Amino acid sequence: MSTSRDVVLGRIRNGLQRTDMEETLAVRRVGHTLASAEPNLVPARGSGDLEERIATFTGMARAVLTDVRRIAAWHELPALVGQYLREHNLPQKLVMAPDEALDRAGWDSQPLLRIRRDTAADADTTGVTLAEAGVAETGTLCLASSDRRPTLLAFFPETSIVVLPAADVVASYEEALERYSARHDAPPRSINFVTGPSRTGDIGQKLELGAHGPRRLLVVLIDEA
Amino acid sequence: MTPAPDAACNVALFVTCLVDLFRPSVGMAAVRLLEESGCTVHVPTAQTCCGQPAFNSGDRATARELGLQVLETFETFDHVVAPSGSCAGMLRKHLPELFEDDPALQVRARALAARCHELVSFLVDIRGIEGIDRGEENKLNLTLTYHDSCAGLREMGVKEQPRKLLLSCGADLVEMNEAETCCGFGGTFCVKYPDISLKMVDDKLRNVEATGAPLLVAGDMGCLMNMAGRLSRLGSDVEVRHVAELLAGELAEPPIGRKKG
Amino acid sequence: MQPSSLAFKDRARAAMADPQLQHSLDLLKHGWQAGRTRAAAALPEFEALRDEGRNIKDHVLGHLDLYLEAFEARVVEAGGHVHWARDAAEARRITLDICRDVGARSVTKSKSMIAEEIGLNEFLEVNGIDRVETDLGEYIIQLANEPPSHIIGPAIHKTIAEISELFQKNHGGERITEPAALVAEARRVMRQRYLDADVGITGANFLVAETGSIVTVTNEGNAELTHGLPRTHIAIASIEKIVPRLLDAFTLLRLLARSATGQDFSAYTTLLTGPKRPDDRDGPENFHVVLVDNGRSAMLGTALQEMLRCIRCGACMNHCPVYLATGGHAYGWVYPGPMGSVLTPGFIGIEKAHLLPNASTFCGKCEEVCPVRIPLPKLMRHWREVQFDQKLTPTTARWGLGLWAAMARRPALYRFATGTAIRLLGLWAGRRGAFARLPLAGGWTGGRDLPAPQGRTFMAQWTRRKNR
Repeated sequence: MSTSRDVVLGRIRNGLQRTDMEETLAVRRVGHTLASAEPNLVPARGSGDLEERIATFTGMARAVLTDVRRIAAWHELPALVGQYLREHNLPQKLVMAPDEALDRAGWDSQPLLRIRRDTAADADTTGVTLAEAGVAETGTLCLASSDRRPTLLAFFPETSIVVLPAADVVASYEEALERYSARHDAPPRSINFVTGPSRTGDIGQKLELGAHGPRRLLVVLIDEA
Repeated sequence: MTPAPDAACNVALFVTCLVDLFRPSVGMAAVRLLEESGCTVHVPTAQTCCGQPAFNSGDRATARELGLQVLETFETFDHVVAPSGSCAGMLRKHLPELFEDDPALQVRARALAARCHELVSFLVDIRGIEGIDRGEENKLNLTLTYHDSCAGLREMGVKEQPRKLLLSCGADLVEMNEAETCCGFGGTFCVKYPDISLKMVDDKLRNVEATGAPLLVAGDMGCLMNMAGRLSRLGSDVEVRHVAELLAGELAEPPIGRKKG
Repeated sequence: MQPSSLAFKDRARAAMADPQLQHSLDLLKHGWQAGRTRAAAALPEFEALRDEGRNIKDHVLGHLDLYLEAFEARVVEAGGHVHWARDAAEARRITLDICRDVGARSVTKSKSMIAEEIGLNEFLEVNGIDRVETDLGEYIIQLANEPPSHIIGPAIHKTIAEISELFQKNHGGERITEPAALVAEARRVMRQRYLDADVGITGANFLVAETGSIVTVTNEGNAELTHGLPRTHIAIASIEKIVPRLLDAFTLLRLLARSATGQDFSAYTTLLTGPKRPDDRDGPENFHVVLVDNGRSAMLGTALQEMLRCIRCGACMNHCPVYLATGGHAYGWVYPGPMGSVLTPGFIGIEKAHLLPNASTFCGKCEEVCPVRIPLPKLMRHWREVQFDQKLTPTTARWGLGLWAAMARRPALYRFATGTAIRLLGLWAGRRGAFARLPLAGGWTGGRDLPAPQGRTFMAQWTRRKNR
């Protein structure tokens, strides 16, 4: 008895009607395509030098209601986060990616902040994680999962804070992936492209934020390398 | 009118069924405009229909037969011009599709299709007419709104050409909202789905009336008869005319659907 | 879902008489339709991207078997499972079996048109699996027990008042009427369901052969919570969702949101490759992909192959004057609008769906906006040809068409007959400009007058002029 796999593939081949010659060429073509790293057309919108990219990123991100703030140094981060939470009347409590890159901010400077380092759970109100890159083209964050950067941090809590080193603002989604590949040996399990807070138009076609994912998204751009 | 430098241009007029039967004045206007642009106009008597009703009803065999008739009747002319984007679109875009089974015929059909045009875009794009001047006393001192018929717009690229020529005749153009939205005619659609068709034409006419323009102009008799027929039923004062009549200055006939004399 | 496409005309009439629905459809025009226009105009490369999108899809379809095999190998390498389903019944069975294998009682589901197509929702319910839809629109219609009326906005036909009533009935408590409060209420209710779910079921917007990844796109973030929280994730996708590389997915993603809602990019685009890794702190332990054929392979090599380029953006319906008049439910099956009028006859049979491909003026707006340039009018015309060949076209229409064609093939007879008829009609009209009623023209004169002919045909006048 043939399996469903055989049946489906057989039907496809039957529909395509490739000759033996065409079959050889098709196999070669597919191998070639899969091995090619040649990008397709990439819109020019996101390109430019770093400052131009940051300006485009910031403009595009704000247009989709992302809050974007820029600081010079890592040590300014805890105070900014504390201030942001106060601005929004949120508890001084964070669930933060267990990534040592975030340690350098020196969180002891905000003694009132309670910080848990893990993935997010139900009771967490604000999640903090790091982006792999920011994509200027559409003001999009590129988050890559790992043991140190759990995915849910940017989805489960009602407020999402994402730290983005300014130098990691790239032109396009393609460049964001390139940046990841340059830093890691293997692709991540999950890549999340995030463009603004969670939104829905399902109630009377009116835009509302925070349908399931974050109601607020704060991106902190840090200039210090 | 600026006479075109090249006068040796034999054009066959594809009259179209609706112009032939209901609005011959549009055909006469088309002849005048073509002759003024320096063309020699021929009207082959063996023409009937482009086959679109059969083609769009799924009767490909009949469409093919009529397509063959068109091919044989018209292929000797330099250009074929129709005062309709819909019929011109049938000839330009779909005639070759009818002969997918016969490469020789398809080559001929392609060659003919490339020489088929909608009237106003032919005048502007092929004959290079920039404007029409019939003297101060014949200026079109009227305000109108222009409906973009679907096939003309999307298959034949008719958009700015009629506006340009109408403005050059002294007409005042007020654009309606959603000028590019279908009026609900759609050939047999309007009788197969009368309720939906009526909703569409009513939406269209609301946009027409919102302009306040007393005259509605378009380039396709199907759309014009649909809109004029509905306006007449609703008792509206808005008048309806084919663009060719205005450009040719032939306004002796009453507007579409209006009382004679 | 039981098809009811033969009731199209009655449902359309009812829809047009429903002011609430008409209001919702009007919003669509000013919302997503206008949004697409703005987004396309704002990106200079948009038309070139459409060409690339079409080319990518055409290339994939010509090599579909090879890319599916490559995709399967990569999924397995990443630790996932691939299941192949010939048809809807097999796809339902596979999904249920996976749910049972992991002892699932509660399932969260992110909106998936293929799940609607295969009738998964009712099937899971009948088999004792408690399912909740996590897309807010899909959740609303789940509560209302209705099918979606739009492929990306399943509940666009529902007014705020109707949603408010549904929520109170199902959630208890006080009546809430503010959209923001309704969203917050749904969020609160859904939280526990996310945490309780044993299995998360999603669709996939794209499958990437190069990496074995699936791509999900949402604005709410519900897909990420649906596949990120439960222990088992099942992604159901039809076979044509394949793209060769991530780079190709980006091209199509640049088209998708712009065409759908006018956003430059949806809020959440996620690429998933395999299950949770040993050191991961979240993610599903089991990762399954169900590849569904259900009639698609039969479209390859036929006139309908181009339809398999569809990326389910909904632009064709957002711009279709017929859809905007009738709404989605009139179409009577899963997929409404122009794309539905092409797909539905293939699924439920032309004899049950022939009213759909005819419900178009061929205005061409759908083709004008389709991100992958599917010639939708041409494909609807294809079904009209099938209908005509199978003699399903109504007798009166066939007869009328036949009579007219018989004349049109004989120019001299045509000239004589039309000349005479028009003379008579002209005489009958007298000084009237239009007929309010006319024998055999009831379809026309039911709602509009028929402009009277000017008197003589053009050909008669022309011949006279030439002979003068």
